[in-house]
Amino acid sequence: MRHIRKEFPGIVANDDITLQVEKGEIHALLGENGAGKSTLMNVLFGLYQPDGGEIWVKGQKVKITGPNVAGDLGIGMVHQHFMLVDKFTVTENIILGNEPRSGVKIDLKNARKRVKELSEKYGLNVDPDQKIRDISVGMQQRVEILKTLYRGADILIFDEPTAVLTPHEIQELINIMKRLVNEGKSIILITHKLKEIMACANRCTVIRRGKAIATVNVSETNPQKLASMMVGRDVVFTRNEEPYNPGKDVLVIKDLVVEDARKVKVIDHLNLTVKGGEILGIAGVDGNGQTELIEAITGLRKVSGGTIHLNGKDITNDRTRRITEKGVSHIPEDRHKHGLVLDFSIGDNMVLETYYQKPFARGGLMRFDEIKKHAQRLIKEFDVRTPSVDTPARALSGGNQQKAIIAREVDRDPDLLIASQPTRGLDVGAIEFIHKRLIEQRKKGKAVLLVSLELDEIMNISDRIAVIYDGKIIDILNPRETNEEEIGLLMAGHKLTGGTHHAESHEKQ
Amino acid sequence: MSLMQILEIIIPSAVLSATPLIFTALGGVFSERSGVVNIGLEGLMIIGAFVGAVFTIWFEHLGLGAASPWLSLVVAAICGGLFSLLHALACVTFRADQTVSGVAINFLALGLTVFLVKKLFQGSGQTPFIDYRIDKANVPLLHDIPIIGPLFFSHIAYTSYVAIIFSFLVWYVIYKTPFGLRLRSVGEHPMAADTLGINVSRMRYIGVVLSGAFGGIGGAVYVVTIATNFGPTTISGQGFLALAAMIFGKWNPIGALGAALFFGFAQSLSITGESIPLLKEVPSVYLLIAPYVLTILALAGFVGRAEAPKAIGIPYIKGRR
Amino acid sequence: MRNLMKSNKLSNALIPVISVLLGLIAGAVIMVISGYNPASAYWSIFQMVFMDPYYAGETFVTMIPLILSGLSVAFAFRTGLFNIGVEGQLLVGWLASVAAALAVPDLPKILAIPFCILVAAVAGGLWGFIPGLLKARFHVHEVITTIMMNYIALHMTNAIIRNFLFAKGEHTPVIPDNASLSSQFLTDLTTGSRLHWGIIVSLIGAFVMWFLLWRTTKGFELRAVGYNPDASRYAGMNVNRNIIISLVIAGAFAGAAGSTLGLGTYHFMTINGDFTGIGFDGIAVALLGLNTSFGVVLAAYLFAALETGGISMQSLGIPNDLVQVIIALIIFFVASSYIIKWAMARLKKGGEVS
Repeated sequence: MRHIRKEFPGIVANDDITLQVEKGEIHALLGENGAGKSTLMNVLFGLYQPDGGEIWVKGQKVKITGPNVAGDLGIGMVHQHFMLVDKFTVTENIILGNEPRSGVKIDLKNARKRVKELSEKYGLNVDPDQKIRDISVGMQQRVEILKTLYRGADILIFDEPTAVLTPHEIQELINIMKRLVNEGKSIILITHKLKEIMACANRCTVIRRGKAIATVNVSETNPQKLASMMVGRDVVFTRNEEPYNPGKDVLVIKDLVVEDARKVKVIDHLNLTVKGGEILGIAGVDGNGQTELIEAITGLRKVSGGTIHLNGKDITNDRTRRITEKGVSHIPEDRHKHGLVLDFSIGDNMVLETYYQKPFARGGLMRFDEIKKHAQRLIKEFDVRTPSVDTPARALSGGNQQKAIIAREVDRDPDLLIASQPTRGLDVGAIEFIHKRLIEQRKKGKAVLLVSLELDEIMNISDRIAVIYDGKIIDILNPRETNEEEIGLLMAGHKLTGGTHHAESHEKQ
Repeated sequence: MSLMQILEIIIPSAVLSATPLIFTALGGVFSERSGVVNIGLEGLMIIGAFVGAVFTIWFEHLGLGAASPWLSLVVAAICGGLFSLLHALACVTFRADQTVSGVAINFLALGLTVFLVKKLFQGSGQTPFIDYRIDKANVPLLHDIPIIGPLFFSHIAYTSYVAIIFSFLVWYVIYKTPFGLRLRSVGEHPMAADTLGINVSRMRYIGVVLSGAFGGIGGAVYVVTIATNFGPTTISGQGFLALAAMIFGKWNPIGALGAALFFGFAQSLSITGESIPLLKEVPSVYLLIAPYVLTILALAGFVGRAEAPKAIGIPYIKGRR
Repeated sequence: MRNLMKSNKLSNALIPVISVLLGLIAGAVIMVISGYNPASAYWSIFQMVFMDPYYAGETFVTMIPLILSGLSVAFAFRTGLFNIGVEGQLLVGWLASVAAALAVPDLPKILAIPFCILVAAVAGGLWGFIPGLLKARFHVHEVITTIMMNYIALHMTNAIIRNFLFAKGEHTPVIPDNASLSSQFLTDLTTGSRLHWGIIVSLIGAFVMWFLLWRTTKGFELRAVGYNPDASRYAGMNVNRNIIISLVIAGAFAGAAGSTLGLGTYHFMTINGDFTGIGFDGIAVALLGLNTSFGVVLAAYLFAALETGGISMQSLGIPNDLVQVIIALIIFFVASSYIIKWAMARLKKGGEVS
């Protein structure tokens, strides 16, 4: 792929990227969330059309207009979010769209035979007759792999394949990948996990903010170097310069266990404490339990074990409204889905959690004059750009919507403010504003829990950094005594070999 | 009254009531399996019933005699399919709310057909009665078989056998052919189908048009076997009942067949209940509401989980990743 | 930014107007194809409805239950639910109001009427409760359950009348005067139509709906849940409970519609061979009225006028079922236009979130 460019409204996802993959190699594509790796591969797979650049496959220049064309060229994709029909069997999923026929019906016998053959050839070990919803995630992924092999793929793209696997399944997958390249296939591995790159990739191209930074031989590098290339050194914004004077414990989480629908522990005996007057930043790659942790604290998700205490009171599995009343505010990570009712006015959104309380309502009747007054004050104080209080929230820009949410949450003066990816998708000005507000809360002696996928943000404003991995807090660091590489390594599951950059010493006081 | 005699009364009556439902429910299966909710089955049956009456009369005038009702079934299929294109257009291309579109289809079908009837038959609210209906018959040879013969091969219209055969055919198509696999995939996980190169929109159009065709046949069958004419109240709830049968049958053609037979059975009991000793005691209202109550229970999970196709009701938008 | 906002509100209000126009035009086209004169058809409707006091009165008679039916559907829509069960809720309300009236022949009018209407609303509310519960607890789509409840109501009310409240003819005994909404004054005013005080009831209903939705905390909650159940949940609202409350209230409106039939239009309840159609028309009325109280009243009037006036077309030799067709087409246009609006809103949102 040469000089590929792909734009979306407002963002250049791929900016002049050149990628070269050889036969029989595992080529890793490394980058943070949002760097542009998936976009690039979607271009290769034909789901997107590039705005610039060209693609050459096996020495020929090609135009890949759709997944079928990609398939004909021997390119197959193993998706991060599996494209499998739950109700169908393994075989049915594999042959969908390319069904072998005998007369008018599907030749299921032949199909099963072929699936078994392929499965044995590459050591994939799947049962052709089981339904997708009854098999493990690891086996589901192998079905995805088989889909590509069934169609004769020679170039396989793996999109974040280990995101949902257990360590054991990850090892199995690495073995499978090695076997595939031994049989002459080429693999492009999209990932952010350094451990796996070191374990199985031949070469690695690092992508950062839409650009290709470098291509290296894995044998000539190490996780630290890769981490620094991935994370980069960027402009530093607002720093948290105030002296650190933590108060008493505001939020205490002990031994928390949260399970998902498949009874998998998404939070696995997690311990965490947030004190008054501090900003605790939770760093981690998306999918390691951050979302579920926040949902557990705010009462949106059931807790199966452990406890959560706020100011000494037990709020485990309490109702959301009660938790809010007890002094918790939450800036949700998806402002459109969870933060605002877009069709309501900004004014009405300002009281989404408090509309039933005085002075906004009396005797069950809404007092819109009070709501309006309140909203106007907030709009002014927090610089929310909107034509009027009655403008529907939908009409505001993302930054202003977020400012409105922050205004609402901060104004309640909560003892604990939870901010989930508060600056996602925002411009520099809005980001700065939001950081200022978070620091203000800290100054007032309140507790702030910040969850973010942006390492810069965490580094700049947190007093302590907790790294979450696989549903646990694996380490807590002092931002002044650590650096991006260390955190990057921890985020990728790579434990630190030594060093005393921990903030645990504060805890012991 | 012996059991045999009771059954000999009930079975033909049940099958007769059930047949229009079977056809329409099969249509519903095609549409909903592809992911498009079709509340408009009632309207499609109305179109079919209208065509059934009008074209039978017209064919009779042309001198086609006993073939008239059968031919009208074919025309009903075509007209139903065409009419359902409106629903497909609204739901697949315009991504309208599928339920609202279905309700609109029902209104439109009723208004249009009644208007046309008045236009065609000098202001009369109903069509005249057809001369040649598809009557109950005894299958030659088969009906002489002891026990089974009198029960299953006597006094049953041929259309009912067609319906049952169609059920198995539809089952075969949906579960054994590539087309069926793709249709189902589009209703369960359209994005997966899309990444495998299947044209989701086209599949959904086909599903909806097939539902129109089958619904049309269902309505026409009702006219040529039961009502023998068409008016504003000819089709009144059968479409919804067929919808319920489809849900009760868990979106499976054979299940829909069974459910439709069951509903037909319930309906016939309320009609023939007078002549049957035990049932005389049961107030007819219970038999009348039985199909509806059972559907609700089925949906609530009491009578086994009724799992709709996963992606039903959600317009598919390409490229949302 | 301000201009964008204004044009939005304007374009919203234009949709039903355009749909009506398109429907009328389409109807005119059909008339021309069939050999009729659309101008004279529409003029005769206009004349009948506006210039003849009897038919003007009858238009209101038709409009009364239609308003309440439309309110029921609109209220449900506003809270994110589709109430197709008005037909059934209306029937049980109708029966309940008649039964209540027959039970209290000695109560003074000022108490009897509100009492009977209340009973009807409760009955309708109960009929809405069941689908509401099924949706909240079992996630069963309310469209199917409400349709099923319609048929259950039809058969059950018929059975109850047959077995408990039978009088001569195919209906219940006539209700005593103390529960009747009719008035000699109104009848004389409109030269013998059946116009009754139900008009006040339905207008009160429109006010109640508006007040409930826009002035109370409950209404705020219901609207929030209707627009965005996820955000409402995050904000601490109890989504399931609100779903049930919403369908109960919607059912109550429909039940009240039934009471206007029992206490005003007919003074008894017939054994119904089929649905009244008021429930399905209510869906059209709600859509056309953009789910607002005021809109519903206007739309109900339009529908009532078309239906009543349609009779006048028959003297011109035009089947009045054409009115049904026109109404159906209007619904279709309204339904289709929602997509355009929706698509526009989505496009805007797509620009925000990159």
